[in-house]
Amino acid sequence: MKLITHNMLTSKCMKGVTVGYPLKIQAVDVKTSEVDFNPEFISRLIPKVDWNVLCEAAESVGFLDDLPRELIENYENDVDFLKKAHRVLLEVDIINGELVCPETGRKFPINNGIPNMLLNEDEV
Amino acid sequence: MWPCMKLRHLQELLQQIDDFHKPKILLEQYATPSHLASHMLYTIQTQYGDIDGKIVADLGCGCGSLTIGAAALNAGTVIGFEIDTDALEVCYKNVTDQEFSSIDIVQCDISQDLFTNGWFKKFDTVIMNPPFGTKHNAGIDMDFLKKAIQLSNNSIYSLHKTSTRNHVLKFATANGATGEVLAKLQYDLPSTYKFHKKSSVDIEVDFFRFEVIK
Ligand SMILES: C[S@@+](CC[C@H](N)C(=O)[O-])C[C@H]1O[C@@H](n2cnc3c(N)ncnc32)[C@H](O)[C@@H]1O
Repeated sequence: MKLITHNMLTSKCMKGVTVGYPLKIQAVDVKTSEVDFNPEFISRLIPKVDWNVLCEAAESVGFLDDLPRELIENYENDVDFLKKAHRVLLEVDIINGELVCPETGRKFPINNGIPNMLLNEDEV
Repeated sequence: MWPCMKLRHLQELLQQIDDFHKPKILLEQYATPSHLASHMLYTIQTQYGDIDGKIVADLGCGCGSLTIGAAALNAGTVIGFEIDTDALEVCYKNVTDQEFSSIDIVQCDISQDLFTNGWFKKFDTVIMNPPFGTKHNAGIDMDFLKKAIQLSNNSIYSLHKTSTRNHVLKFATANGATGEVLAKLQYDLPSTYKFHKKSSVDIEVDFFRFEVIK
């Protein structure tokens, strides 16, 4: 699971959950895999992302490195910044672990890099 | 015409993808045949430029043929969504074998709302070969289309039975997208899906493009 994906997952439709975001990450196994860098794509991706949540997620799995916690101005023109964002959004990959609902503590397992977000009928 | 890899190369790649091992009839698990999948993806990229550098979702990604095809055509990121653990095992293996690192997979039920909450309008393009809703799951095809329209900020490409064309077009308009049929295809369904004596049956399927009304 990439951090771009984590940035969009919620547990909101569970019974009794009001926000369900962000899900906590308990990583067991994290790797990085090289993805082609496309600066134009990353520039368009950044506005879709909750930047704070991204930074916290990156930090919690030990890959924040020197990514600025505040989104800088004119990032479209800053290749260095875009490369750092690219790495955190697309290259960090959580292979095994769990996502945890911040309100109920419900755990969603991650196996082979695939988070299992299925809910039982009595949970929705 | 937008730049694209050769159609023949795309089809060769998709031919190598491993299929469902024990297809589940209730989930309507049959892979999009490689010649159809490659033609669909090739059209989406060459005619509309909707894959290269885009964030793409594949709803009901199964063993991953559309997901992997989109990655091969240089999608910025492709996220595949699928309910079934067995299909995902095959999908994981296919993605790993092909070494596409721009792919991410999520296991979820597309009919549940959980799914769309955080993804609203985040995708440029949604591609899918949804269940047709012929196996005691009437309406699931429209469920998929509704979710696809919620996820996409631009376009959706999908397959639906030709016999439901007018209904599909009306449903799309009512949910915020305009549809057009790009091609009518003969879809060769394995006979298991039709309770038929013949080994396979051709059904007529429309290849749709929907554009989100902004
Ligand atoms: C016709 S197959 C297409 C598979 C693959 N996309 C392809 O093109 O080869 C439909 C897929 O949707 C999945 N599916 C069915 N119902 C689903 C649901 N409610 N949520 C998510 N996936 C579902 C099935 O398991 C199956 O893999």
